[in-house]
Amino acid sequence: MTENVLKTDNSQTKMLKNDKDFVVPGDEIVKSMEYLPGRNCFREGDSLISKRLGLVNINNRVISVIPLSGVYLPKVGDMVIGEVKDVQSNGWIINMHAPYMAFLPLSGIKEFVDTSKTSLSKIFGVGDFLYAKISGASGDSLQVSMQDNMCRKFRSGQIVKIISVKVPRVIGKQGSMINLIKDKTGCRINVGQNGFIWIEGEKEELAKNAIKLVEQESHTDGLTDKISALLENKGGKK
Amino acid sequence: MVKREDGRKPDEMRPIEIKAGVIKNADGSAMVKFGKTIAIAAVYGPRAMHPRRMQEPDRTVLRCRYSMVPFSTTDRCRPGPSRRSTEISKVTREALEPALFLDEIPKTVIDVFIDVIAADAGTRTTGINAASVALADAGIPMRDLVASVAAGKIGKEVMVDLAGKEEEETSCDVPIAYMPRSKQVTLLQMDGDIPVKDFNDVLKMATKSCEQIYKKQKEALGERWIK
Repeated sequence: MTENVLKTDNSQTKMLKNDKDFVVPGDEIVKSMEYLPGRNCFREGDSLISKRLGLVNINNRVISVIPLSGVYLPKVGDMVIGEVKDVQSNGWIINMHAPYMAFLPLSGIKEFVDTSKTSLSKIFGVGDFLYAKISGASGDSLQVSMQDNMCRKFRSGQIVKIISVKVPRVIGKQGSMINLIKDKTGCRINVGQNGFIWIEGEKEELAKNAIKLVEQESHTDGLTDKISALLENKGGKK
Repeated sequence: MVKREDGRKPDEMRPIEIKAGVIKNADGSAMVKFGKTIAIAAVYGPRAMHPRRMQEPDRTVLRCRYSMVPFSTTDRCRPGPSRRSTEISKVTREALEPALFLDEIPKTVIDVFIDVIAADAGTRTTGINAASVALADAGIPMRDLVASVAAGKIGKEVMVDLAGKEEEETSCDVPIAYMPRSKQVTLLQMDGDIPVKDFNDVLKMATKSCEQIYKKQKEALGERWIK
């Protein structure tokens, strides 16, 4: 019975784009009621249409578009790197290049602070970079917390900014790419989901170049080989 | 058949060149050339809306600014907003708004800056074409790209993409913006007057040309992202 239904429906299915094809907003991906719209897709009549510029991703019956550009949209639980923009009486305003500013309340940090004795700018001042976790993102309010063990303030090193949608490629499958860069350059690296990356070590520039290369060529095949070649060459010369 | 100033056919547009991603620091950008007319669009956002009283609690605000740089015309044109540029900014915004999903990130703003760096007729349509490519380049959720072109009538002939002196000779000039997939018109203006039956020809010719522009816009975005 099920097979029968699928067969008749398949004859009406018209694939206009294949998996990993490039699409722009308004491109029809498939003309069929058999598929469901996933992220960055919408249905109009029979067809599924891309909302954003990106690559088609077909997962069984769900069709989504993996974006190639766009701002960072915060998700609860993401580790991000942000810059302290302002110090207020009860917390800090953090800029992490999302559509909204984030707030780090006094209760979001580990140590106990007596506000009558110490000013908050002694703890984090304007211009400090923090590694923090998003603890709340609803509507237009965005809250971060430093309660997690990984959270800290950066005291040295440098910050590199990339497009946030490229972060998964910089990290790689199970962290393969970032571990490769860490191993070859000997740098300490922290990646924020919002596209800020902190690097510290002797070969900071090399690590930075490698990350920039991943960002530029994130859609090409054999990227890991390219990066390891880049790191090997530079390493050999020194 | 009336011969056109630059020897084009009535339904032939000027040579078009579109390039996406021309401004490094913008979230999305594009340059569009229509013959001698050049427009550059830069898109920033969605980002926090300031001043706060202008933000909408349930949607993203689209803010467009069209301007002509002083050296864009043969005579120097005065910089800053004018009556004309304010109006064009408004119609540009209204031409682009229907193509966008503006309810996904409330209380924010998308800024679109369109600068005409060389003007030779059709600056608003060139600007809309550039802005639409720039919006897509910035990764903003859209229903469709918006293509735009003007059509008009010189003597008895209906013509598309009026340029140079043609614009002064026309009895009617109709700039339109069009979403080719859903076949919806988002901008329709008219200078001069025209009989209804000719108007349909003008509209048909303009929408047909928009489909060609649409193809070029897609190609430009493809070139930018897939080398």
